[in-house]
Amino acid sequence: MQSVVSLRGAVAVLGDFPALAGADLTVNRGDVVLLQGPNGAGKTSLLRVCAGLLPVVRGDANVLGVDLCTQRAAVRSRVGMLGHRNGLYVDLTVEENVRFWGALVGATNEEVTSAMDRMGLLGRLQNVQVSKLSAGQRRRTALAGLVVRRAELWLLDEPHAGLDATGRDELDSVLKSAASSGATVIVASHELERAGSLATRVVNVVGGMCTEVAR
Amino acid sequence: MRVWPLMKAVAVKDMRTELRSRVAINQVAPYAMIVLFLFAFAIDSDATLTRVAAGLVWMTTLFSMLLVTQRSFEMERADGAMDALLVAGADMRAVFGGKAVALAVQLLFIELLLIFLAVVVCRVEPPVGGLALLAVVVLLTAITLGSVGVLYGGLAAGAKGKETLLPLLILPVVAPVVIAATRATESAFNVGGRKVHEGWAWTGLLGFTAVAFAVVGAVAFPVLVEE
Repeated sequence: MQSVVSLRGAVAVLGDFPALAGADLTVNRGDVVLLQGPNGAGKTSLLRVCAGLLPVVRGDANVLGVDLCTQRAAVRSRVGMLGHRNGLYVDLTVEENVRFWGALVGATNEEVTSAMDRMGLLGRLQNVQVSKLSAGQRRRTALAGLVVRRAELWLLDEPHAGLDATGRDELDSVLKSAASSGATVIVASHELERAGSLATRVVNVVGGMCTEVAR
Repeated sequence: MRVWPLMKAVAVKDMRTELRSRVAINQVAPYAMIVLFLFAFAIDSDATLTRVAAGLVWMTTLFSMLLVTQRSFEMERADGAMDALLVAGADMRAVFGGKAVALAVQLLFIELLLIFLAVVVCRVEPPVGGLALLAVVVLLTAITLGSVGVLYGGLAAGAKGKETLLPLLILPVVAPVVIAATRATESAFNVGGRKVHEGWAWTGLLGFTAVAFAVVGAVAFPVLVEE
């Protein structure tokens, strides 16, 4: 199986604070991995390392075949990361937002339409301004942005945060659809039951170290 | 990643956001008009007003520029879009270029409005020969201020007290631009004993600053945003 993420003794620091303290993690193509652990354990830092945002100062780190120790910026265009905020332009419509994110990779009209269709945004919602959408619909729009950018690895940090029951259900169905179509997804979440039901693997993150949880 | 298509996408996105929210039209333009009118009331002398009209136009443009710059980065900050652009590996030179173009277009609109008001309120009567000079000055100054705004807006965006930091960063830097634009506009207005042909010399300085700030911005903006 082809490895999408390979960390071996990866150390990353935030100022003087060791965010990752020799983390080992292997994620294969098509895996849906749940990262669980207490606040400050290193879940978000692990996602930021995988996104090429936080440098690895020691150890080996490879994502999508890119060595993060030497060329971490090169992986960014192939990774999609969604944090607590959606990264949307609220005065633009759903379609204008998706089209904008598609422009980063030269996406065609068909790809933009397909991404919106996959997230259930085509039709009634596509011409609605983002400021008028519910939290769940905004999340789906942001995920459509990841799809249209052809992100090969999805990194989601607390994706259920701030969503009501409907929004959470909508998000779950999107993630199930993504997983079934072969996307590799890493989710950091405190919603263990909900995210755990989507995940094919669960990894415990404590003190900047990763431990696989048997299921 | 292709620079020109992304630059165009960013410029279109910013312009579309502006047209939809109408902040420049409904808030910044009235603000600029009020400032110019207040100056006129405060000076209260037709002769003096005509003499200082060019300076009033460019100082008011500068104040308005601070508002549109803050607005330009607020739309990036509101839902974490600038962070998302960084995470997506977007070419930040293109983002700089696109935002600078959009800002320059908004400033162009405000400059033209203020020049019209200067003609009406300050009673300046630019000769026909001065109109070409005025057009060049307005264009070059909009390009320069657009680049400066995005460069320093990007620098201040992540800082504490960004609303007050931005004027402190921008105003000293654009002093030569305001001086050159004012002198050239005085020539275009044919006031203060300045002739139209004298104003063209100042456009050289404006052209230099337009190119310099565009180049410096394209180089420095990606580093500033990454930091």
